Amino acid sequence: MTETATGTASGTYLIRGAAILGGDAEDLLIRDGVIAERGAGLSAEGATVIEAAGLVALPGMVDIHTHLREPGREDAETVETGTRAAALGGYTAVHAMANSNPVADTAGVVEQVHSLGRASGWVDVRPVGAVTVGLAGEQLAELGAMADSRAQVRVFSDDGICVHDPVLMRRALEYVKAFDGVVAQHAQEPRLTAGAQMNEGAVSAVLGLAGWPAVAEESIIARDVLLAQHVGSRLHVCHVSTAGSVEIVRWAKERGINVTAEVTPHHLLLTDELVRSYDPVYKVNPPLRTDADVQALRAGLADGTIDVVGTDHAPHPSEHKECEWAQAAMGMTGLETALSVVQETMIETGLMTWADFARVTSTVPAAIGRVADQGRPLEAGEPANVILVDPAARWTVDPHKMATMGRNSPFAGKELPGAVVATFFKGHPTVLDGKLNTPYRYAAEPAGAGSE
Amino acid sequence: MKHLLSTEDLSAANAIRILDTAEEMAAVGDREVKKLPALRGRTVVNLFFEDSTRTRISFEAAAKRLSADVINFAAKGSSVSKGESLKDTAQTLAAMGADAVVIRHWASGAPHRLASTDWIDAAVINAGDGTHEHPTQALLDAFTMRRHWSSLHGSASTGADLTGMRVAIAGDVLHSRVARSNVWLLRTLGAEVTLVAPPTLLPIGVEHWPCKVSYNLDETLEGGVDAMMMLRVQGERMNASFFPSTREYSRRWGFDDARLRALDELGLKDTIIMHPGPMNRGLEISSAAADSPRSTVLAQVRNGVSVRMAALYLLLSGDSREAAHTPGAARTNTARSEKESI
Repeated sequence: MTETATGTASGTYLIRGAAILGGDAEDLLIRDGVIAERGAGLSAEGATVIEAAGLVALPGMVDIHTHLREPGREDAETVETGTRAAALGGYTAVHAMANSNPVADTAGVVEQVHSLGRASGWVDVRPVGAVTVGLAGEQLAELGAMADSRAQVRVFSDDGICVHDPVLMRRALEYVKAFDGVVAQHAQEPRLTAGAQMNEGAVSAVLGLAGWPAVAEESIIARDVLLAQHVGSRLHVCHVSTAGSVEIVRWAKERGINVTAEVTPHHLLLTDELVRSYDPVYKVNPPLRTDADVQALRAGLADGTIDVVGTDHAPHPSEHKECEWAQAAMGMTGLETALSVVQETMIETGLMTWADFARVTSTVPAAIGRVADQGRPLEAGEPANVILVDPAARWTVDPHKMATMGRNSPFAGKELPGAVVATFFKGHPTVLDGKLNTPYRYAAEPAGAGSE
Repeated sequence: MKHLLSTEDLSAANAIRILDTAEEMAAVGDREVKKLPALRGRTVVNLFFEDSTRTRISFEAAAKRLSADVINFAAKGSSVSKGESLKDTAQTLAAMGADAVVIRHWASGAPHRLASTDWIDAAVINAGDGTHEHPTQALLDAFTMRRHWSSLHGSASTGADLTGMRVAIAGDVLHSRVARSNVWLLRTLGAEVTLVAPPTLLPIGVEHWPCKVSYNLDETLEGGVDAMMMLRVQGERMNASFFPSTREYSRRWGFDDARLRALDELGLKDTIIMHPGPMNRGLEISSAAADSPRSTVLAQVRNGVSVRMAALYLLLSGDSREAAHTPGAARTNTARSEKESI
């Protein structure tokens, strides 16, 4: 066991012959929580050797959008189970959304989530703070207190609910500048989506399910990019799902507006045609859209209009999905399928390389969330948050074999490419041979930062 | 197929088979003893999550005329109102040995859920789900239209479809399961359908439907209509700004006395006026229209029992060979659909 500045990294690992970001095969020597060396023919002395021929080495993935459900809905997911799923999916950091119960709208709650994450030790858990008290959209939560807490919150979101009041949104965008924060908006005009069940279009017309028009998302994004421009703030748009949203973000970026956008894996692959089954596993917010939207999202992710892939991992207990469509909860699991779905939709289609993959799943999400030590280059001296991926693997999704407690995967039964072989978090293998290994163990928090 | 969930996926052969069987069932209704032993010992559950006395008693009468045991399960005042899930309700009915479940539900797709899960193995008949479909209503409407269309042409109903018939459906299409089921079934049977509604009460995507769409009822009538179906309009739609007032709605899209006279002036002497009920007299249909000789409102109710008998019979008693052995309901001229079940 090697004692490091912040914790224990168990051992030294030589990753032999991995294609770095999908490029040339090289070795990576991991020691003391960092990449000690990168190069060809590195010495294996004193190291556990991992033969990685045929595997791709990537920076650990950073999810900008995860629902861990704890505190409050531990029947759906806990920080422990959710972060196990994250590690297995190739993540070394996740942003835990604020819609827990109690809502993560105080320093106390975000510190609790932060502490649970450290206790679990599978990934960095970065709590997202609520923008408004209780997600009620009326009064700003104590954003500064959350930013200054041990959780060091930088991403603020009422995700699940849109900050639809334009004045409140303006104030939030302005206020978080004080501590380099970002508002992550769930763009959904509430009046246009009252009772909405699925994408409004040809399929909803036939199924008789209340429609969720694209304009309800696009109008909020259009308003918000203009607000962000006006007050000179940065804005992050959660889970864009329509071709029109991509166009608006593209327009905003051309004007130099500081906006980033996210797309989920499921919106890159699935369409509202699946709703014809009335199976609530396909019920999600924002809803599955049309094939034209899917193609526009892929193009937007490929050309950089959309910056990141965020899972919007949303586990639910089975009783919330084993019911009528209208009664069912919205959301899908995603942590353990994200890599495969992005490989299927973006890499196997030739739209992106593995280097692009690293950008949209690690580098940029870490930058948006201001997560130090994540999304870094795979170079000597950098923190050893590294994953090994077998791009030639194919597997069939079985939700019952997943680490997440949620069984609500829309990909159940689907064969997908790519498998995470190993995940190194702070130099420690949380996943080896595609299976959970052991969590990273933190040393005590630095003095003066409180106790756990 | 062992369920009747929608008309969208109902083949022409199966639709005509149901209508033809309904003709046989109607003949039973004319007899002194209006009862068949066909479903003796079988259990039909009317599972109603939404009040609909008319539809429920129609199904109840249909099942009883086939000698089935009928259980009426109304969600209000039952375990469902205490929070029991659809899954638990379905499994309970399965444990009680239900052979068929006739389900009315406020949620679109609820019958599909019953049929596609392993909660219950019974035949499922959709008796109206949310704003999705109401297939037996469309079948009874088609049955009514077919009798009218055939008599105009001096031919027998049995075996016929609706080729060439011009049908206009006016009203709240957006929220109407009756409109949806009718559009699909009438297309399948060869009729020409025009939907007439305010633009606010048509779904986005209606342009993909196999029908014409009009905002103008008078122009539609002038173009020639053989069957004019009025849909029920909920007054509360007014509060959600779907239209400015019930009076304005009635003037533009209601079948009022002036439009009733217009049928005569246009020489449309054989045009029938249909309504699935219950009617809002004075809103979407005037009393004179509802009570005129053109009105088929009561015939629709009567035909509803025959059509529902046919549906229950075909779903519960197996293939058409079996049907041929059942007194009073024998049909052997549907050989082309022998391989199919509905």
